[in-house]
Amino acid sequence: MVVVKDVHKNYGSHEVLKGISLEVNRGEVMVLVGPSGSGKSTMLRCINHLEKINSGRIYVDNQLIGYREAHGKLYELKPSEASEQRTGIGMVFQKFNLFPHMTALENVTVAPTSVGKVSKEEAIQTGKELLNRVGLGNKLEHYPAHLSGGQQQRVAIARALAMKPKLMLFDEPTSALDPELVGEVLDVMKELAASGMTMVVVTHEMGFAREVGDHLVFMDQGVVVESGNPAEILANPKEERTKSFLAKVL
Amino acid sequence: MELMVPSTKESIKAVPLRHPFRWAAAVFLFVLAIAFIYDAAHRKAYDWPTYRKYFFDSRILAGAVVTIELTILSMVIGVVLGVALAVMRRSPNPIFRAISVVYIWFFRGTPVYVQLVFWGLSTTIYSSIFLGIPDIHFGKIFLGYHFPLSQNTPIFFLAMLGLGLNEAAYMAEIVRAGLLAVDRGQEEAAMSLGFGWWQTMRKIVIPQALRIIIPPTGNESISMLKTTSLVTALPLVTDLYGHARDIESVTYDPVPILLIACTYYILMTSVMMVGQYFMEKRLSKGHQELKVVAVG
Repeated sequence: MVVVKDVHKNYGSHEVLKGISLEVNRGEVMVLVGPSGSGKSTMLRCINHLEKINSGRIYVDNQLIGYREAHGKLYELKPSEASEQRTGIGMVFQKFNLFPHMTALENVTVAPTSVGKVSKEEAIQTGKELLNRVGLGNKLEHYPAHLSGGQQQRVAIARALAMKPKLMLFDEPTSALDPELVGEVLDVMKELAASGMTMVVVTHEMGFAREVGDHLVFMDQGVVVESGNPAEILANPKEERTKSFLAKVL
Repeated sequence: MELMVPSTKESIKAVPLRHPFRWAAAVFLFVLAIAFIYDAAHRKAYDWPTYRKYFFDSRILAGAVVTIELTILSMVIGVVLGVALAVMRRSPNPIFRAISVVYIWFFRGTPVYVQLVFWGLSTTIYSSIFLGIPDIHFGKIFLGYHFPLSQNTPIFFLAMLGLGLNEAAYMAEIVRAGLLAVDRGQEEAAMSLGFGWWQTMRKIVIPQALRIIIPPTGNESISMLKTTSLVTALPLVTDLYGHARDIESVTYDPVPILLIACTYYILMTSVMMVGQYFMEKRLSKGHQELKVVAVG
């Protein structure tokens, strides 16, 4: 589903990603962990082309991200083609990034009606279903400012799901939440994983990684240090850097 | 020794801090103001009988209407074009960015009074606009078209255009600040949902920026009401100041007529300031509401 091949990315002379390769199969949940500055969020943002990569290739569903390759040459995608690719990849941000001038329901319906070719009635119908699914069926007309952080993040998940993505990216979805609100967001993500969604999750929630993750990748300073079964790595990390990191967060 | 703590149950009734100098300054300024008003009321040069005679003169009233029309129409041009320029400035297209930068550079860099003089001369400078390839004839077929410009283009129209195009440059900078104030995460969220650049601007960024730019736009409107007096440069003489000068040239007594014009301007700006006050209060109320919710 997702194939990341030898991806390098630098900001000026600072190399953030130093040859990352990953593979996520359909229906799998990959958890990216690591200290801040390790490049895990950047990696995630490269997958839906919010950031350009300097070398390597990223494929989602066998489609090269950001470029078209023909006759041994890469051609930049037109903005409309890049947008088209992004519609298949949902993203959930650390700071929710809900649209503050729209109600919860409008947040969930705006993309299907303006990007997709879905009728208003149909979008409202699916929007209500999605908000019900994340447990916010009673907050349809609430503006983000009148919702708690956990509720906002659940609306954000519903908003991403409204585009019927085949892949969901989560960029530290619970890091900006009060501790008692983390659970409700993780519950929604667990339900989503159980329903067979392919997910890549950057998180510090090791409990979630162990319980839901099919694959855990530990990154540090732009490289993959260790990867494999979450339960095994969390119990017996092989690398020194993984050990010292886990000792701090567990 | 044990500290003696008196009963703390009753509410505090402390002697408030005294501000003798504030009182002294207030009395001084009040006396000064009374003296000025008394003097002005009796000063011959102000010629209050003439002031009263012409205060409701039909020309003054008609001029005030033209001033209001000019203010509204040129602000509409300024806001619409200003939003367009600010958005172009953010565009990924370098040509749009260049147009915006050059436009703002030119219209902010030259005095509005001089621009208005040029607008007055514009129909003399350009008697017609020719679109096509100059001096090329294929047989009898002439490649291009002459758009004649009327010498009788209404001066009001040129004044409105001149003020509006100048205002657009300033509004563009205000809108640009508004666009920059919208969190970048908004754009990223929209892009991740598959929005194109223009859709992101129109549906997500511009609506949020507009709320931010309402107070400075009110300020610009008040400023515009006064700037309309410069249309005398074209010359357009049907506005408030123009008509005031008309009357002056007959009465040979400019002072009371100018006082009338000032009174009208200050009345109109006062109404606008009251409107702005209520609008800002409404906006800040929404803001406080947000804070309370965030805490609770």
